[in-house]
Parts: sequence; C-alpha cells; structure tokens
Amino acid sequence: MAERAATAVPEPEVHATSTGLSNVKLAMWAFLGSECLLFGALISTFLLYQGRSEGGPTPSKVYDIPFTSVSSFVLLMSSLTMVLALSAIQRRDEPKMRAWLMATALLGMTFIAGQVYEFTTFVNEGLSLTSSAFSSSFFLMTGFHGAHVTGGILLLLSLVGMSLDGRLPPERSETVELAGLYWHFVDIVWIVIFAAAYLIPTAT
Amino acid sequence: MASSVQTPRQVPEELTPAPRHELDEARHPGVRQYIVVAIVLALATLAEVVLYYLDLPRGLLVGLLLFFAVSKFALVVLFFMHLKFDNPIFRRLFVTGLLLAISVYAVVLVIFGIHPGGNQG
Repeated sequence: MAERAATAVPEPEVHATSTGLSNVKLAMWAFLGSECLLFGALISTFLLYQGRSEGGPTPSKVYDIPFTSVSSFVLLMSSLTMVLALSAIQRRDEPKMRAWLMATALLGMTFIAGQVYEFTTFVNEGLSLTSSAFSSSFFLMTGFHGAHVTGGILLLLSLVGMSLDGRLPPERSETVELAGLYWHFVDIVWIVIFAAAYLIPTAT
Repeated sequence: MASSVQTPRQVPEELTPAPRHELDEARHPGVRQYIVVAIVLALATLAEVVLYYLDLPRGLLVGLLLFFAVSKFALVVLFFMHLKFDNPIFRRLFVTGLLLAISVYAVVLVIFGIHPGGNQG
C-alpha cells in the first residue's frame, strides 16, 4: 500500500526532449518567425499606399515626430525593464521580478495611451480609417501592433498575479523568458515601423 | 525465447547531460551589459530623430535611417532576446521567418513599385 502511495506522487517537470531544448521555447521562436511574415505584409502594404492620400491629410501633415519619438523611447526602455525582470527571477529575486514586470506593463500602457492620443488627433484632423489608402494601411499596421502590445500587457499582468499567488517560482523562470521574447519582438517591430513609416520621407 | 527480451539500458547519472536551456541561461549577459545596450538603443533613437530634422539628400537619409534601424533591431534580438548566447536552433528558426518575410515582401514591393497600377486590380 505504502509503495502504491509513493508512486502516486507527481514527479517534478523535466525537459526530457529529443533535442535537449525546451519545446515551448522552440515553439515561441517558430511563432515569432511566422509573425515576421504578418508584420512584413502590413508594413509593405503601408509602404505601397503611403503616397495615396487621395486629397486627405498627407503623412508629413499629420505626423508629430517629437511625440512619436518619445513613445518609441518608452517602448525601447520597456525592453530593458523586461530583461531586468528575467534577470531578477534567474537570481531568485521574486519581489524585484514583480517590480520590473509591473514597470514593463506601465511603460507598455504609456505607449498605448500615446497611440490612442495620436489616433484621436489624426481622426480630428480628418484622417479616419476609410479616408484614403494611406490612412487604412496606416491604421491597420499601427493598430495591429497596438493590439500586440495590449496582449503583451495582459500577459505581464497575469505573470505578476501568478507570482503573487505563488505559482511562478524561480524554477519556472522560462515562463518569464517566453513572455520576454514576445515583448521584445513587439519592440523590434516598432523599431521598423518607426523608421519606415514615420522617419523615412514618402517618395515623390 | 525469454532471453530475447531486451532490458532498458541503464545510463549512469553523471553521463546524462544537463538540460541545454540551463546551460544557455548561464551564458546570458549581466545587468550592466543590459543597461549599456539600452543606452546605445536610446542614443541610436536620438540620432534617428536628429537625422530626420537635418536637410540631407533623400538617399543618404534613407541609408542612415535604415542603418540605425537595423542596428537597433540586431541589438535587441542578440542581447535582450539572447540569440547571441542561446542555442543556434532558435536563431535558425527566427532568421528563416525573417529572411522569408524580407524576400517575399521585397519582391512584392518591386513588382508593385514598377507597376503601380497593379494594385488597383
């Protein structure tokens, strides 16, 4: 009886995979590789249509470069706080990890608030989703990116909740690493969007 | 007959390799290196914005902006996402998707750029 009871105790999770690598991390990298194709489609569509304002506001007329530069800086710094959260959990410092995760989520929220403000300003200036090919491709590209950032914020907040609940011990640091990979990917997509859509002038 | 049944081979514990993700984790950069990378990223962003306001020829401006964007992209991927330190399989997975996206959409941009009417159906 005692022997049977002993075998019923669940064994600790071990990565016994054929590659010796974590399968979920492999899956995350494959997912991020496929996301390159999604954002590639959105960015190239924007590049094709950015010159077609059809009488509506042009990119150079509506863009507020100093404002968007600050937003870009905020998102870049959120990548630093994210990687510091990972570093903290790898050093078994859970309170610091939660603090850095919260900082990352707050920086992400600041970026989204800036995007909402920017979209509102554009609509007030006559640039709506359907006003031109430029506006449609612009809102689609930046909107999809904003949706990804929002998803990332929810992921970070759920990690903080799990940690407070005791369900994210240092042994599960890979969970934070996976969330970090997603967050950094969202950041690198913005690096491309900021240069290609905002800073590089439209060809005449 | 009974002698043909194979018994599982016992592997001594000291020969069992440690999970590779733990080895990769040990090679990750430290806090100081992360901060240095973040400072470089911030300076590169500042340089991009300064370039935008300079009255440079379009070709030069595009070249410089692309250089800074690619540099920032590489820094985040290599250091913050640890592709420089992790197993090469992760790098291959990501680079495959990235190169596929770049090549497919470069062709799309060239085709529609050369034949602008093509996107009107």
